[in-house]
Amino acid sequence: MDILKFFTAGSVDDGKSTLIGRLLYDTNSVLDDQLEAIRRANRKNNDGTLDLAILTDGLKAEREQGITIDVAYKYFQTEERKFIIADTPGHIQYTRNMVTGASNADLAIILIDARKGVVEQTRRHSFIVSLLAIPNVLVCVNKMDMVDYDHSVFDKVKDDYERLTESLNIRQVDYIPVSALKGDNIVNRSANMPWFTGSPLLRFLETIPISQAVETAKARFPVQWVIRPQTDELHDYRGYAGRVIGGSFRVGDPVVAMPSGFGSVIKRIELASDDLNVAENGASVVIHLTDDIDISRGDILVKQGEQPAVSRQFEAEICWMDAKSLDPSQIYLLQHHGKTTKVKVQDVIYRIDMQTLEKSSGSEFGLNDIGKIQFKSADPLAMDPYTANKANGGAILIDSRNNLTVAALMITKLD
Amino acid sequence: MDYLDQLEAEAIYILREVAGQFEKPALLFSGGKDSITLVHLAEKAFRPGKFPFPLVHIDTGHNFPETIAFRDQLVAGLGEKLIVGYVQDSIDAGKVVEQKGKHASRNALQTVTLLDTIAEHGFDACIGGARRDEEKARAKERIFSVRDEFGQWDPKRQRPELWNIYNGRIQKGENVRVFPISNWTELDVWNYIRREGIKLPSIYFSHERDVITRNGQLMAASEFLNIDHEDVVEYRKVRFRTVGDMTCTAAVPSEAYHIDDIIDEIRLSNISERGARMDDKVSEAAMEDRKKSGYF
Repeated sequence: MDILKFFTAGSVDDGKSTLIGRLLYDTNSVLDDQLEAIRRANRKNNDGTLDLAILTDGLKAEREQGITIDVAYKYFQTEERKFIIADTPGHIQYTRNMVTGASNADLAIILIDARKGVVEQTRRHSFIVSLLAIPNVLVCVNKMDMVDYDHSVFDKVKDDYERLTESLNIRQVDYIPVSALKGDNIVNRSANMPWFTGSPLLRFLETIPISQAVETAKARFPVQWVIRPQTDELHDYRGYAGRVIGGSFRVGDPVVAMPSGFGSVIKRIELASDDLNVAENGASVVIHLTDDIDISRGDILVKQGEQPAVSRQFEAEICWMDAKSLDPSQIYLLQHHGKTTKVKVQDVIYRIDMQTLEKSSGSEFGLNDIGKIQFKSADPLAMDPYTANKANGGAILIDSRNNLTVAALMITKLD
Repeated sequence: MDYLDQLEAEAIYILREVAGQFEKPALLFSGGKDSITLVHLAEKAFRPGKFPFPLVHIDTGHNFPETIAFRDQLVAGLGEKLIVGYVQDSIDAGKVVEQKGKHASRNALQTVTLLDTIAEHGFDACIGGARRDEEKARAKERIFSVRDEFGQWDPKRQRPELWNIYNGRIQKGENVRVFPISNWTELDVWNYIRREGIKLPSIYFSHERDVITRNGQLMAASEFLNIDHEDVVEYRKVRFRTVGDMTCTAAVPSEAYHIDDIIDEIRLSNISERGARMDDKVSEAAMEDRKKSGYF
């Protein structure tokens, strides 16, 4: 069985939490005591049915305001698959929490209110989906019950969204008309919309192929920790512990340690006490080399002939996530795997106007602003462009004065 | 990769990040199945080396004797260090006041002992076995969850957490709670325990013992429970789905003697795991409130 990770995005009141509540409820993933807790809380919809949104709004402040502030993770499974849902906030003020929920997703579900159509938040969320290179997008046109299940309303939203994605890096988009409140096209095909011939939502989620893009990426093994027991029996034991991100490694592969450039050959791959021939993408293993070379946390093992560029100067798309704006004169910390180094802004290349999605030259980066910046780092970095290997092309910026994570970086180019 | 392999690889990755990022981490060990699973994962992450952290147990003094016996045996076999913080010490020092009355529990008191133990040893990271599927406030928590110098969680000011990059940088006095099995469900943990052949305390399996019914829940009769003439003690076949201290953990009637029976039982259950935790039922935001004050 595999796991599909997806997140939901939409404006406030588009019904995200209701949609997730409905999925959980209709797949019998809500247990009696949790239902009892909802009944105790006594939150009802206008028509007297239970308000399923309360299943995901886990914080007091969220229940008081009826909005989602931070990501809630929910889990359910069917006979076909396991699912991890990141229920992310729709409110513009909490976009950074949406980015948190979205960063690990295989699929983005964009909710659009059938009555309102494509709005600014749809544009912003879709832009972020494009920026984070989420492999699949599903548009759920919600509240179809409020527009008399009108086929033409659905088609209009679909046309508008297709036009929106023309300028974005979104390859695969599917569309389903739903009513999360009434349960139309969630688990079962809706009798109210015979004109829709596609799968209802749950079937779609069970059958969509999970992107294998990472497995075709070049193999990278960031070293997290060096295991050296230094006991009498294991005097010469030296294992590099880490996780494969993209590609796979085999015993006998010639490898190079980055950024130093020292070469060696894989002698042994271990998972706990088991010896493996291959460490596939995503595996946490221990690698032994034939030579004693200087490798420590922060270094990356790659295959000979597949070395990434190494540079102290690079460009990255950036999503600013702190209330305090970017200060181009300040030195920030960049964290990339186990490596942390000082960086400074060389040049603000552009900023995106989220209304028009046009590039502008403004250098002011405030909360939720997106754009492209050129940086210079104190130490050399071995990174891939984000679109070639997400796991080796993403990094975060940290404000060293308060240790907050202030920006997400997606590397586009190393000079 | 199969889903259990994926979850295992993620947890090992997180444990190694703790080792790489912190000076003085600790693994919070309760003697329950989730923290026992964490110990197993730590062996996979760091053997044949030693763990880069001790195990820390906050002992309420009201534990199931089976849990303590299991803990000591496990630690002896591991050859790792165990540090125990005693709630009784916090009571004796006058830092907390024992609750009175029929429903008295030391559950809430352990937060103070935990924070004192963290301060005494200068721990900068505490690894815990909490899972997001357990409870709705936990569903909101990051993998690396920063606590201020008072041990408090501020759910409105959580750091963004992108991809698998965990920012563990903190100021002196702050600490980070780390949850490597955040993305596991109760069933995942049991399936993993079965696959790996992990040993558990006997109270997870069906056995007979004296119980009394409180607020519709079956509580183990013990010296720690204030039992009066209104209580009816019954000898019943039960097991525990979750293991906290004896005053706040309820039993469920069960015929599950083996791990396969337990997995079948959970699949068919209509009640969540924490449905048997009195500590969550205090109010709608019971868990959120405890987490804000420093509970893990």
